Amino acid sequence: MQRRLKIGVLYSRVRVEEKWIFGAMEKRGIDYDRLDDRAISFDLEKPEAWQQYDAVLERSISYNSGLYALRMLNAFGVPTVNTAAVAEVCGDKLMTSAVLARDGVPQPHNVAAFSTEAALEAIEAFGYPVVLKPVVGSWGRLLAKINDRDAAEAVLEHKSTLGSVQHSVFYIQEFIEKPGRDLRIIMIGDKVLTGMYRSSEHWITNTARGGSGELCPITPEIEDICLRASKAVGGGLLGVDLVEHPEKGLVVNEINHTMEFHTMQPVSGLDIAGEIVDYVVKVAKSSDQ
Amino acid sequence: MSTVTCPECEAQIELVAGTEAGEIIVCSDCGVDLEVTSIEPAAVQLAPMEQEDWGE
Repeated sequence: MQRRLKIGVLYSRVRVEEKWIFGAMEKRGIDYDRLDDRAISFDLEKPEAWQQYDAVLERSISYNSGLYALRMLNAFGVPTVNTAAVAEVCGDKLMTSAVLARDGVPQPHNVAAFSTEAALEAIEAFGYPVVLKPVVGSWGRLLAKINDRDAAEAVLEHKSTLGSVQHSVFYIQEFIEKPGRDLRIIMIGDKVLTGMYRSSEHWITNTARGGSGELCPITPEIEDICLRASKAVGGGLLGVDLVEHPEKGLVVNEINHTMEFHTMQPVSGLDIAGEIVDYVVKVAKSSDQ
Repeated sequence: MSTVTCPECEAQIELVAGTEAGEIIVCSDCGVDLEVTSIEPAAVQLAPMEQEDWGE
């Protein structure tokens, strides 16, 4: 008789996405555990407690907690969505840019530097405005649009003095005059599921910052760039953010590995949570053979 | 319907049907984020502050 699959869902907060995912699990009669990342621990000498899971879906709100949990689960041989390798790349904007560049996937022009002097030199070479981004961070936090040298000097000094050591990895990006919107595309495995335009009057168009969503038809161009982006970072369940660059056309701005879809699900009319659960089950089944 | 008291402003807040433990609700009086820590009995506490590595 075939053994019943057991799924773990690692989470921090029960956001609406987690409610939908739990609901989809229950609707399908799946045996699953809710794993609050603040309550769990990993005894490295007792992996059995974790090896009961055929797959774990990671939905941690903290990048660090999620990443280390994935690393340990993968070390224990537990399949995860996404894998630790994918989270490592997607959670770090500079790593994402590096693999996109390696694979020739269109993206904005980015430069990295490790001292305020080298960063200032790189910014001056770009010309103004430019954007400074933390290598780790979401929801549009701590993005800085730098309009002149005075601002560059001030922000670089603040980052190096007040920030953690990670803020001294300066990730500098060209400022893109986008048409007041960007695109969020959801990828599941090697399939483009759906997409939306995120519009905002502000140069930061993240819906976590008040941007609004509108359904975006998936063109062959969107499909092609998303498939290439997904392949570059290692595939899985991804939210690919695209920007319409005035000269380069569509470029990949960033790729999210634990994407939120509270705006996308109602905009698309699709059961994204159900699609996610089906994908996790597929991963669990493929590891069970 | 379960009622909880906001630990910040002592407002009485009703938990709507379908509320789950771990969910974040907002106090309608003072606007603070509250985490639902238990449904039976209903309990809330101040939600953790947003950290630098939070997000998607």
